Amino acid sequence: MSAVTRKNRDGRTRARLISGKAGSFLRIAFSLAITFFGLLLVTFLIGRVLPIDPVLAAVGDHASQSTYDRVREEMGLNLPLWQQFFIYVSNVLQGNFGQSVLTSNAVLDDIKRVFPATLELATIATIIGVVLGIPAGVFAAINKGKWPDHVVRVIGLAGYSMPIFWLGLMGLLVFYMKLDWVAGPGRLDAFYIDFIEPTTGLMLIDTLIEGDMDLFWNAVSHIILPASILAYFSLAYIARMTRSFMLEQLSQEYILTARVKGISEHRIIWRHALGNVMVPLVTVIALSYANLLEGSVLTEIIFAWPGLGLYITNSLLNADMNAVLGGTVVVGAVFIGVNMLSDVLYRLLDPRARR
Amino acid sequence: MSNEPLLTVKNLEVTFNTPKGEVNAVRGVSFNLGRERLGIVGESGSGKSQTGRAILGLTAANGRITADQLTFHDVDLANLTPKQWRKVRGARISMIMQDPKYSLNPVMTIGDQIIEAYREHHKVNAKEARHRAIDMLEAVKIRDPERVFNSYPHEVSGGMGQRVMIAMMLIPDPELIIADEPTSALDVTVQLQVMAILDDLVRDRGMALIFISHDLQLVSSFCDRVLVMYQGHVVEELAASALHEAKHPYTKGLLNCLPKMDGDHGDLPILEREASWAEG
Repeated sequence: MSAVTRKNRDGRTRARLISGKAGSFLRIAFSLAITFFGLLLVTFLIGRVLPIDPVLAAVGDHASQSTYDRVREEMGLNLPLWQQFFIYVSNVLQGNFGQSVLTSNAVLDDIKRVFPATLELATIATIIGVVLGIPAGVFAAINKGKWPDHVVRVIGLAGYSMPIFWLGLMGLLVFYMKLDWVAGPGRLDAFYIDFIEPTTGLMLIDTLIEGDMDLFWNAVSHIILPASILAYFSLAYIARMTRSFMLEQLSQEYILTARVKGISEHRIIWRHALGNVMVPLVTVIALSYANLLEGSVLTEIIFAWPGLGLYITNSLLNADMNAVLGGTVVVGAVFIGVNMLSDVLYRLLDPRARR
Repeated sequence: MSNEPLLTVKNLEVTFNTPKGEVNAVRGVSFNLGRERLGIVGESGSGKSQTGRAILGLTAANGRITADQLTFHDVDLANLTPKQWRKVRGARISMIMQDPKYSLNPVMTIGDQIIEAYREHHKVNAKEARHRAIDMLEAVKIRDPERVFNSYPHEVSGGMGQRVMIAMMLIPDPELIIADEPTSALDVTVQLQVMAILDDLVRDRGMALIFISHDLQLVSSFCDRVLVMYQGHVVEELAASALHEAKHPYTKGLLNCLPKMDGDHGDLPILEREASWAEG
């Protein structure tokens, strides 16, 4: 091949690369928009189909028919369905989810208050799950059929089988009451609550911003138990998946190649095999993270954690439809976001997926 | 050919424990290897690949290797610790695998994989290693070594991938190369090209070669000596130039299966097997 033709070919690939990048960005944006639109449509329809009368929830059962009709008109519920949907979408796009009947705040403000609590808990739990779960899975895979494998499996199975409310109560009983290693329910000791100005809403970060280490360690000691208990579940799942992905990779030819080269077993496992394991594993981790971001109602109740799960459940029990729909949209949006993030990571980890 | 043998294999046996009982993949193989090019031919399941793997101690976990003697120079390959193995593998004995599509790590760049092979056995800095790797890619006749160095395995063709494999396995300068069907996964058109590159490098660097293949013609044109294996036994050993003098009916049968350019064009004969061949 002459130098000239090679140059031409390189030039062409570069041109394709640029249009490819812009193209894939547009494709991603388009599919995001479609997904979000679908999400809004579904939540809207569910809100209209549910046998809960939002007017009645607002005015109470003793209101007169004329009051009822007036409020119904104010809420726009007399309009045709497509018009209601149009109003709903344009409101949501402006961040207006309506008002919560229960708290009489704007739903968005409520969510801004509760979501950081869930985000913080889910993030810490996922970090613990990943940091312990991946090595446990690798350890089980390289000792397949021997006792470390069985130990990891039994621990994982136990994590999966124990009801979380029981585990949470036992955790409080042992580590809070008996041993006094951690703090009890809530995000901070009641004494400290007023000291902290919510900047991000994430206690660990807000206390660091304030530079108050006492507060910071207090927040850590509050979050560590519920986060560990949530982490136990994602840990069990992540370890299980890591083990099976690892076994699959270790039987591949390129592992034999690496052995032929005389590379250490340590490097073969942690660099060669794990590099390939991370590709499918990133999706597993992302999905388990997204699940935790929904808020876990039972954990939040037991640990008096003012998170999203607790908020949505309370709203649902009180027929507070604006809050329920708002919360659902937020959960859906978080799912979409986490999925997109895992797609991006997938591309980073697997050169074959880059186009 | 030097008189002092590089590799001595005496009565090598490889046995696998399977749910259906024991399988003897290699049954009493013996040969000596000097600085020469030895071909091992045989059909699938004849034990030729397992012989190659046993020399590197890379038999699968459910397999067992026994031998009266298995020595490389003065190293007893039958009793090496994992740490001692790492000094032999790559550095002194290396192996070229069959299919670059599966035998290269898909998420590491080609350059990283070659550098890794080199730096495992030579204490050099990253820059020097990169130099060496690029030189090596040039040595296997890759025209654009910089680009290939930064590519991932899926971005190069099969023939290119196999040259990368050769570069990676030859860069630590081993004394013995085992090539296990190195061209079987490639297009017929590039098979000879790749083989010629391997052959040149092995000659230039004075390496010994064990060339494992099912292709009797290919083996005879690149090797000095040929072992013919059948069901775990060596049934015949021949000089590559003297294939026509083959005495064993299996070897004769294999040669007769090949179409000839001249002579009659009737049906090709079918290999008639005899149970006694498997007795060795």
